[in-house]
Amino acid sequence: MAEVVEVSDVRRSYGDYEAVRGVTFSVARGELFALLGTNGAGKTSTLEVVEGLARPSGGRIRVLGHDPYAGRASVRPRIGVMLQQGGFPADLTVTETAAMWAGTLTAPRPVAEALELVDLTHRAGVTVKQLSGGEKRRLDLALAVLGRPEVLFLDEPTTGLDPESRRNTWALVRTLLDDGVTVLLTTHYLDEAEELADRLAIMHRGRLVRTGTVAEVVASQPATVSFALPPSVPRERLPELAGALVVDDGNRVEVHTDTMQATLTGLLLWARDHDVELRELSARPASLEQAFLAVASSPEERDVEVAA
Amino acid sequence: MRALTTTGAPRRVRAIATAELRLLVRNRTAMFTALALPLITVAGLSAIGFGENGDLPLGALVVTMLAGFTLLYVVYYNLVSAYVARREDLVLKRLRVGELTDAEILAGTALPSVVVAVTQVVLTAVVAALALGLDMPANALLVVVAVVGGVVMFVLLAAASTAFTRNVEMAQVSTLPVLFLCMGSLIFSGVVVPADSVPDAVQDVFQFVPLTPVLDLLQLGLTGRTADGDTVGFGASFSAAAFPLIIMGLWIVNGIAALRRWFRWEPRT
Repeated sequence: MAEVVEVSDVRRSYGDYEAVRGVTFSVARGELFALLGTNGAGKTSTLEVVEGLARPSGGRIRVLGHDPYAGRASVRPRIGVMLQQGGFPADLTVTETAAMWAGTLTAPRPVAEALELVDLTHRAGVTVKQLSGGEKRRLDLALAVLGRPEVLFLDEPTTGLDPESRRNTWALVRTLLDDGVTVLLTTHYLDEAEELADRLAIMHRGRLVRTGTVAEVVASQPATVSFALPPSVPRERLPELAGALVVDDGNRVEVHTDTMQATLTGLLLWARDHDVELRELSARPASLEQAFLAVASSPEERDVEVAA
Repeated sequence: MRALTTTGAPRRVRAIATAELRLLVRNRTAMFTALALPLITVAGLSAIGFGENGDLPLGALVVTMLAGFTLLYVVYYNLVSAYVARREDLVLKRLRVGELTDAEILAGTALPSVVVAVTQVVLTAVVAALALGLDMPANALLVVVAVVGGVVMFVLLAAASTAFTRNVEMAQVSTLPVLFLCMGSLIFSGVVVPADSVPDAVQDVFQFVPLTPVLDLLQLGLTGRTADGDTVGFGASFSAAAFPLIIMGLWIVNGIAALRRWFRWEPRT
């Protein structure tokens, strides 16, 4: 069984509110799977049940072949978790915090090594309450990797980090992936997902709306071809183009197309044959951001059905 | 496999307890509560003649009162504050994503306070034996059971009390019902005033208060004196211990049930 994490039709409710509404995905060994979504999409709620912090209200979860909630004792020694918020006693130093955590693990790395991995060595003797938000985040990451986990769960690992620390965190995660560690992370940074994810899912209102590689998710969105017509050429003279025509104000024309090559060929041949100069011509494939925004701005479909 | 997990548990509890001890030492209020408050209370009460007319000789009186106040302040009050502080700082939630079991988290957090409490009781007993004329206990086993059972009971009550304690400041208020009732049991269970002078109705009610079985067992174990004021020998002390032991057992069972039902591991959102 190559799937390290298997989540099928998982639901999680808080009272009357269903935060996770039937989520299915799996993560293969050595893969990084990213859960993207707006705030409140249900990413953390999903991650917490996969980590075994709570029992889902429906569905089935397997981590390394075990139920992470009921089989906590078998799963926990093999996973590392970085929660959305640290949870450190404010009056312990960085080293004392890491040493405490190491004392609870079956086969921990040396504390100094873990701090080194996240560049916190120079802050080892400082109490947690004196750390910046980014430093706390890195301490959290140090604890997550302290037990040499096979599977790593990272809930928004780079929120609050400065650009350099983000790069360092990404480099560390990549090193772990190279060592065969499986990673499930949530983020609302699209570049983070593009940078790290083998596969990703976009979550919206408790459901996974798109799942696949970055290329697959982006492929669900049309490419954009845009140009401006000279004033002498009215829009009506444009040929029939594959794709949906979106006309900007004035002479600017935008075409959203799933077949960029065909659209461009048609457009360019027409322009050559009619001797029309297309100004500001550009053709660009869809971006992850576009796919994300398309999902995030979609109306509340099917909510009525859930409430009924 | 089971052997492996049991050898792992003491190490994990020790890791949490070490961190918790550091936090206790760095928290002046908690340190004062843990080290000074029971002693000051007992010394103050003795100075104003509290318990002079009671049934107990001075040595046993001091040990019993100190054990009572230690369980209330050091174990109960301190631990309500500690559990709530760790919950509100999301420490409990973080500990729960690791290899620790829930019981290990609660035990590790409680351990430093428990050690401080038991040490104080033992030291007080030693001092009482040397200076105040504490005789050899009538039944030492009951004394040990009283202290150990009392510790377990008040750790559980502390954990259960976090359910209605929203933050650390509120612990000062939310612990009052248990504290007041238990101080009542110090007064009405023959420690401070003679058992004969307490109305039966009051005694009937207070025998169910959590601290009462601890005090009954201590008196019985230290001096052979029963809750009714009779003095019994070693053999008979066991049968006299049955009722307080049952009450203690019920509180422990209820405490575990309350813990399972109401204990929250993270702040209310």
